[in-house]
Order: sequence, then structure tokens, then C-alpha cells
Amino acid sequence: MPFLELQGITKAFGQQQVVRQMDLSIARGEFVSFLGPSGCGKTTTLRMVAGFERPTTGTVSIDGREVTDLRPNQRDIGMVFQSYALFPNMTVAGNIGFGLRVARRPAEEIRARVAEMLEIVKLPQHAGRYPYQLSGGQQQRVALARALAVRPKVLLLDEPLSALDAKIRVSLREEIRALQRDLGITTIYVTHDQEEALSMSDRIVVMSEGRVEQIGSPFEIYNYPRTRFVASFVGTLNLLEGRVLDPDSGRIAVDGQEIVSARGLAGSQAGETRVVALRPEALSLQNGHLDHNRLRGTIDEVSFLGSVVRVRVSLGGSAISLDMFNQASVPPPARGAPVTVSFAREDLVVLDRA
Amino acid sequence: MKPNRIGPWIAIALGALYFLLPLIGTFEFSLRMRRGEYSFDAYQVVLADPRFQSSVAYSALLAVATIVIGILLILPTAYWIRLKLPRLAPVVEFITLMPLIIPPIVLVFGYLRFYNSSSFLPMTGNVRATDLLLTFGYVVLSLPYMYRAIDTGLRAIDVRTLTEAAESLGASRATILFRVILPNVRSAVLSGAFLTFAIVIGEFVLGSLLNRPVFASYMQLVGANRAYEPAALAIIAFVVTWGCMGLIQVFGRARYMARAEKG
Repeated sequence: MPFLELQGITKAFGQQQVVRQMDLSIARGEFVSFLGPSGCGKTTTLRMVAGFERPTTGTVSIDGREVTDLRPNQRDIGMVFQSYALFPNMTVAGNIGFGLRVARRPAEEIRARVAEMLEIVKLPQHAGRYPYQLSGGQQQRVALARALAVRPKVLLLDEPLSALDAKIRVSLREEIRALQRDLGITTIYVTHDQEEALSMSDRIVVMSEGRVEQIGSPFEIYNYPRTRFVASFVGTLNLLEGRVLDPDSGRIAVDGQEIVSARGLAGSQAGETRVVALRPEALSLQNGHLDHNRLRGTIDEVSFLGSVVRVRVSLGGSAISLDMFNQASVPPPARGAPVTVSFAREDLVVLDRA
Repeated sequence: MKPNRIGPWIAIALGALYFLLPLIGTFEFSLRMRRGEYSFDAYQVVLADPRFQSSVAYSALLAVATIVIGILLILPTAYWIRLKLPRLAPVVEFITLMPLIIPPIVLVFGYLRFYNSSSFLPMTGNVRATDLLLTFGYVVLSLPYMYRAIDTGLRAIDVRTLTEAAESLGASRATILFRVILPNVRSAVLSGAFLTFAIVIGEFVLGSLLNRPVFASYMQLVGANRAYEPAALAIIAFVVTWGCMGLIQVFGRARYMARAEKG
């Protein structure tokens, strides 16, 4: 039985449909990210789980109880905001203990819980400081401690790392994930940063224009994107149009060159045009195994990116980019040189028509 | 080339003279009660007058009541508009400006017409009800200042996110308002309170026409019958008003310093 469930959720602001027919089940202790560009409906969906927005249709259930009509303060949730939202008039300890004071817990229990949370977020010596005396990273740790101090059933994080610099972001996301695993708390994490979503989540919900494009593990989302949107939003991807030759054997022609998809082309008709996707890192200029697909072309562009060299190969009508590791002993290929690009049949992803 | 700064200094000097000369003249005159030498006799007479003490106490009490009612009325309203009804903000701002557009004399004649002793709500029929009516009148007069001060304070904080953060931690609306929002707009509320205090202490029309013993009526009475005491009273009233302004500056500066420290 799912711990958190969204059933038939939609949300409209006036004429504008912000979330369209969303169904999602989240298991207890699972870490699920909502990933998508600005305006895709991810934050609105999170706010409906929190109770700050009421769904136009559909229901939200937490731990077997429908909470759609409950106010946020009745839902047993903890929330962390992008802007930290610490109470400026309270010290760090005051902020962390706020939820417990509201719940009228005994003073001794509050003191002990605040001390415990300060230890967990590694700020034990900052109890008496005010938010303005802390760095952004420290403020977000306090916000996390404050949200967890009340032992919520669900932790909701709304782009919590967006306002921080890159280095802090990476270290804090690892800490959040480790903390979430230790506490086993069911978590929804909203982000537009694919790296964050891929590195932290058990599952990712990719959203676009209020629709769920794909739900899957980071491995599935990255390697087997189902739609053109997912393919282009998550990582760098080559999208090529091919003409189906034989759906049963998975044969498809790209710029007149025949390649094969190991996953087949079920549901396609011979002669139909389909979009196929290839990750740059799956491609090689080596010949590879005998059963590898091969596409012939000429080097169009060579970009030196430090540890990686990105090469663009013109296939005639279309172009394809691939990444090579930079090796000091092997100079990058020259522009205009004829090359053969090879890749495993399993790496060829045929996208849904949507 | 250095810009010529004589012009602005002349303007400042003229402005200062325009404001200060009457004040200095009044102060100097208030010291002349004793023939041939300066003294504070006029002040002593005024301060020893029981009617002065009672009128100041009465006006101060009404000022405090006005401040309390004003805060209880305006803080939740301004908070709710910022949180849930931002589109209504221009309408409410316009309404709060009405007391500056409609003169108090119009307001008080309206009151007398609606609440006279033969009306459906005869508030002028007894003294306590008239006091209440006067206090409500002061709340209306101080509305533009109190609303603006509180709204400015609310603009300086992220009302919506703070509310949502507190709500997600289990807080009710009342808890949020009094334990999260109010402490963070305290200096703004105090600014509004001191402005209200200064307005109520100096207000004449409402108090006089409702026939209540307010400080301004006492000033008018003394002014009509005495020579030096009115000048002393004017200086005392001026000191009270400027004291309030000074306190606003102090609290405003405290807020500015706190933000500067943060920034």
C-alpha cells in the first residue's frame, strides 16, 4: 500500500491548467524528485501535497488518510523552502523548537530535541545565533532541522539548494540524502536541476507543462527516456529522425544508413518516421564489437571541454555529437576527416510518438 | 570644478528660519511671565493646573486605546491583504487615505448625525459611549499613518513564505500572526503607534465638538484667556510630538541597523 498517494490530481488557476491529471504512489521511506523546467507544475503539485493549494480535482492521501481538505498544519508534514523561511526574530534554537512549542511539548523535551537536531545538522555551537548571522548553507541546515524536529510523516523540499553556490549545493545534497536514508522519511524533492534529481532520488517524476512525462529510477530516466522532452531535458542527447525498415527486427534507416534497435520497434509500421535518441557518451569513433551499429560521416566540429572532447559528426542530413575522454597522448581528430561512429544496439532509444 | 553649494545652503537656512523663528519666538515669550526676567513660571502654572493634568491624562488614555484598537484592526487586515488578497491592496490603500481627504469636521458632523441621542445607536447619549465614539474617530484619523507604517513593515518581510513555514510546523493563523508576523514588524507597528499618539494628543475638532475634555480643547481654552501659558503649552505639545517623532527615528534606525548588519 502506498504511503503517499496522489489520485487524479488536477489544478487550474482560472483558465490556466497548471497540473493535468496526475497519479502518483510513493512508498514509505522513498525519495522522489519532481524534475522539470519553470512553470511545469512541480512546485504547485508539491504545494498541493503540503496543503497550501487545493487540487481542482483529485485527492491526496498520506499514510492511508485522505488529507485533501485538511489545512497544512493538520497534515504532519515538514517543509523546506528555497528562501529558507527562517523566522528572523528567533534564534536558531528558537526556530528549530518552534513546531514543538506550537504542539505544546514539555520544555525539557523541546530542549533535548533541539540539541539533537543541531547535532544532526552539524551546527551545535550555533544555537544562540540569529538567522542573519548564518551563511546560506547554514540557514538551510537550520530550516531542515526545523522541518524534521516535529517528526513529520513526509518531508517536502522546494528547490532547497537553488539559492546556494555550487560547492555548498553538492555537499548539502549529499547530506540531505544521507539524513533522509538514516531517518527513513518519505521525501518529495522539487528541483529543476537534473544532476540533483539523478544523484539523490529513488525515483524521478519528470514533468512538463503540467503533465507527467515519465516516472522512473534515475537509471531508467537517463538511459531510457520515453519522450522527446525527457530525452532533451535530462542530460545531453542526440535526437535523430529515422525511417522504420522492419519493425520486427528493429531495423531503421538514419540518413540512408541502416542501424538496429535491440529493443525492437514494436507498434511501428514499415516506412514510418520515428525519433531515436543516443547519448554522446554511448558513441565511439572506434569500430567496437561486430554487432555494433555504425554510422559513417565526417568530423564537423571539435570542442575541447577539459577532461572531455566533444566531437560533432555530420551524417549528411543530420549531425550527431559524441564525447571522448581527453588523452594527452591522443590528439583530437581533425575537422573534415571521414569517421565511423559506432554504438551498441542497446544504446539506441526509440522515443514515444508524443 | 566644485559645484556651487551656496544656493542649497541658503535654501536650508531660509527653511530653518521659517520653522525655527516662530518656535524660538514662542519659547522666548513663554519665559517672560515674570516681569523683567526670564523664568519658567508659565510652565509651572500650566503643569500645576489640574485641568492640564486631567486633559493630558485623558488624551493619553484615548491615544493608547486608539493605538490598541488600531493595531488589532489594521495588523490582521494588512497581513491578510498581503497574504491572500494582494489585488485588493490598492483599494484598501485608497480607503485608508480617505481620512486625509475628508476633513475631521465632516467626520464629526457625520457622527453627530448618526449617533446622536435620538438615533438608533445613541452613542452621544452618555459619556462612556461618547469616549468610545471619540476613540473610534481617532482610529479613523490615524488610519492612513498606522496602515502605511504596518504595510511598510510587512513589505520588508516575506509574509507568504514565513506564514507557510509556520503553518507547515503546525501553527494556527493566530499563532502565526502574533508569534511570527508581529515580532518581525514590531518597529513598524511602533512607528505607527507613535504617530497615532502624536495625532491624538494634538487633535482638536473631534474632541471639542463631541464635548470631551481633550488636551487640545484645554489648549484652546487657555489660549483664549491667558497670555504666557498658551505659549508654554504650545512648547510642551511640540516637545511631546517631537519626542514621538524621535522615537520613530530610533526604532526606524534600529530596523535599518539590523538590516545593514544582515546585508
